[in-house]
Amino acid sequence: MEKELVIIGGGPAGLAAAVAAYDAGVRDILILERDERLGGILNQCIHNGFGLHTFKEELTGPEYASRFIKQVQERKIDYKLHTMVLDLSGEKVITAMNRKDGLFQIKAKAIILAMGCRERSRGALNIPGYRPAGIYSAGTAQRLVNMEGFMPGKEVVILGSGDIGLIMARRMTLEGAKVKVVAELMPYSGGLKRNIVQCLDDYDIPLKLSHTVVDIQGKDRVTGITLAKVDEKGKPIPGTEEYYSCDTLLLSVGLLPENELSKKANISLSPVTGGPVVDETLATSVKGVFACGNVLHVHDLVDFVSQEAAWAGKSAAAYLEAAGAAADNGTIQHHTESEPVLITPAQGVRYTVPVYLHPEEMKEQVTVRFRVSGVKKDCAIVAYQGETELLRKKRPVVAPGEMESVVLKKEMLSGNEDIRICIE
Amino acid sequence: MSERNLTCIGCPLGCMITVTMQGETIEKITGNTCKRGEAYARTEVTAPVRTVTSTVKVTGGSLPVVSVKTKADIPKEKIFACMEELNAVKVKAPVHIGDVILENVCETGIPVVATSNIEYKCSKG
Repeated sequence: MEKELVIIGGGPAGLAAAVAAYDAGVRDILILERDERLGGILNQCIHNGFGLHTFKEELTGPEYASRFIKQVQERKIDYKLHTMVLDLSGEKVITAMNRKDGLFQIKAKAIILAMGCRERSRGALNIPGYRPAGIYSAGTAQRLVNMEGFMPGKEVVILGSGDIGLIMARRMTLEGAKVKVVAELMPYSGGLKRNIVQCLDDYDIPLKLSHTVVDIQGKDRVTGITLAKVDEKGKPIPGTEEYYSCDTLLLSVGLLPENELSKKANISLSPVTGGPVVDETLATSVKGVFACGNVLHVHDLVDFVSQEAAWAGKSAAAYLEAAGAAADNGTIQHHTESEPVLITPAQGVRYTVPVYLHPEEMKEQVTVRFRVSGVKKDCAIVAYQGETELLRKKRPVVAPGEMESVVLKKEMLSGNEDIRICIE
Repeated sequence: MSERNLTCIGCPLGCMITVTMQGETIEKITGNTCKRGEAYARTEVTAPVRTVTSTVKVTGGSLPVVSVKTKADIPKEKIFACMEELNAVKVKAPVHIGDVILENVCETGIPVVATSNIEYKCSKG
């Protein structure tokens, strides 16, 4: 099979990318989704707060997804469910399988990676103790409760104060479980402030910062866990251990972009985000392959995923148009690209997306998204190119849990010196 | 004069709002960046409200539960009473977004509506 554009993943990123690519003129599009329905993780995020930026109203996850699913269906964009992509080559050949078609290959002219992310597991944490039943990632518990109608436990301790952990603290409480404590290794929460208020404070669930699980008790089923305070380096402090009896431990300890396929295609990945290194069009290091959403870097807000994905969809459409024009002329497409300019994270900034841009080819402006490395109050986000200050944006507070962004305009830039984003 | 510091839950920005109170009356609201923030602060210090999202059981559907929400905010102290009413509800597939699940939850006058689509269960895999 041959396709103009294949989108891997039918979650919020894949859906928004497909709609934008279609609206930019691409007609031969195929979305590949491994689950039995489109919408991705939004289907299990039944809480509200989605879509304020995009639709100017507050929606739940499934409602937000359904808006985009409707747009995909109205455009008659083709998709395959129950379909697992097994391999992606640097030549843009996708190997996938499902029950109906069996094993099949698609040669795509352009590909958008929208595979999302995965939760970090217990294995990544090296928590000692037995391996009893009752330990779940927060997202797994969320799916069990919200989609399968199954409560994983009655007395719960949550490790990690990421948004999914906070949301699940409230959800388990509403469904009758007792959430005893949420422990966070860092001295600050990785979740949104509003979630601390409405998920923990509302239900008097204690949040213990600078604490971690040092032992899990129980052989067949969890019977309890031991928490300890940690020092600045994250090492447990002897003598601070506290025992909590519980039958369930939920882990909300971070998300990792799911880039196994990107690796197979030899796409360059950032060691910081775990996602592809992209330019201002969200193009990866393999020509014609774009990335957006949580596979690129983990977002807090789906609205920003949709925006970013729409940008990837447009970029893929522009790429296909250029490639098509070159083919019509009978010429081989030469990328007469200007020297890229690097965007480097400086003081207080962990990473940026994109990692570089082409000042000559770029559109009028580009949104640079990034995360800060620590909490800082009364500060400014500043962008420099060489010695020139490009912009300065005052912020009352920045935190690693909340993604920041700046918009760089083409007219601001000159020369090939690196652009530095920092917190002052 | 007393001050109450709130974190706005109106949207994920989470603005820090300070409400200055003179006894029971609100003197000043600062820190919000939109009108929703002001409205949130006003109700939060007088009669706090929340949207409740949950699930109710479905029979004959592609999934055993359907997600629901209170169509508007309900008083915060009625959250658990609302959950109790929802736990007693069972609906039949198909269910679609916006379908009314409960007309008037906990005498609030506010309906509970479905937030996802659950179709008939397909008998074939």
